[in-house]
Amino acid sequence: MSSVRLLVGTRKGAFVLTADGARKNWTVSQPHFPGWELYHLKGSPADPNRLYASQSSGWFGQQIQRSDDGGLTWNPVGNKFAYDGTPGTHQWYDGTAHPWEFKRVWHLEPSLTDPDTCYAGVEDAALFRTTDAGLSWHELPGLRSSATGPAWQPGAGGLCLHTIILDKANPDRMVIAISAAGAFRTDDGGKTWKPINKGLYSKYIPNPTAEVGHCVHHVAMNPARPNTLFMQKHWDVMRSDDAGDQWTKISGNLPTDFGFVIDTHAHQPDTVYVVPIKSDSEHFPLDGELKVYRSRCGGNDWEPLTKGLPQKDCYVNVLRDAMSVDQLDDCGIYFGTTGGQVYCSPDGGDTWSAITQNLPAVLSIEAQTLP
Amino acid sequence: MLIRVELPQHLRQLAGIPTHELSLPLAPPITLNAILDAIEAAYPALRGTIRDHHTQQRRPFLRFFAEMEDISQLPLDAPLPTSVAEGREPLLIIAGIAGG
Repeated sequence: MSSVRLLVGTRKGAFVLTADGARKNWTVSQPHFPGWELYHLKGSPADPNRLYASQSSGWFGQQIQRSDDGGLTWNPVGNKFAYDGTPGTHQWYDGTAHPWEFKRVWHLEPSLTDPDTCYAGVEDAALFRTTDAGLSWHELPGLRSSATGPAWQPGAGGLCLHTIILDKANPDRMVIAISAAGAFRTDDGGKTWKPINKGLYSKYIPNPTAEVGHCVHHVAMNPARPNTLFMQKHWDVMRSDDAGDQWTKISGNLPTDFGFVIDTHAHQPDTVYVVPIKSDSEHFPLDGELKVYRSRCGGNDWEPLTKGLPQKDCYVNVLRDAMSVDQLDDCGIYFGTTGGQVYCSPDGGDTWSAITQNLPAVLSIEAQTLP
Repeated sequence: MLIRVELPQHLRQLAGIPTHELSLPLAPPITLNAILDAIEAAYPALRGTIRDHHTQQRRPFLRFFAEMEDISQLPLDAPLPTSVAEGREPLLIIAGIAGG
């Protein structure tokens, strides 16, 4: 029988949650790396027992941990992220030039085919890659040195590269997103990049339709339909059917189109999930009711999913990397909250239950489906 | 000469150091840089955790103490107090206490 392993990154450590295919009875590991911030953990699609984890601390800086046994044991690997050449500057919050400074790794994306290759999205925004299982990391400088790089400006959370999407059908194509620069795509394996933000409208920036400057919170793609991308922007839920060349708004009947997470059903490319969040400053669910919204038709028409989720006095947030899906026939949906709850729906969102309720604030979740 | 060093618990855990205190064989001159070089050579996982990888400067939330004195502002290549250089007192590497 298949099983599911959830890799949960939190403000104070990492946790590995496991269950069989029924996804009813879960085992929660002891904390890995207690006291450290675990921004993201992810397993290699080519070798599910090869895991990479981003471990960071305001005191001690960045670490990368690697596991070769599915998270039972870990070893620190390379943690040096040096920008290629002379880093130059990007824009600071006040519009002045600010030197590029490495702060942390937000997202790790293992290669689809090689367990020793993994990409890292970092703050200040840049893309790094290892080809030796994490021992050394090298920047793909074409992104940061592209024409718009000096104009990128941080969002409230920093100038972070938080989304990396690999395309199984086209190994030379990659989509990434940066807050608050926008989305970018390469079609030549990372040598050159172009902004893919046409159709985005951000009323809070001087030019609402600028080529860059949009606060993209997350982007999702279903591998079965790689040209279709779904985006949760600071405000607006968006869709592109041409790999980001043009975006259209699909917020439709959402009660608010602010949020952080967005993901797609494993087997239904037109089924999309978001968690609307009250903003601009509250960042908790509307009316204290935690609701996942699902669209079965690729957007615009959304239904609230509430069964098993708290519908009273709930004031948590769901951060951008804190939703994931498994690959079982009855697709499981998972998300974690800043209140430390991890919720599971084993039936595509119809019903939910809490796997665990008292973890530290959840930063990220990745689901692995194991044979 | 065996130089004694106390590390923050998080770093001992990261490097798999079971003891509260490290002993490092070092030849004079005993400086902060010499001790940090020896720590990083013995425990590569600690590279970048005490000194920033890029600037090679002390991370801002860490402090160095010797003989009950804060020596964090001492140049990294300056000689350390004799008691530390002779292994009678440990160099303390201390993480700032902060909430959250």
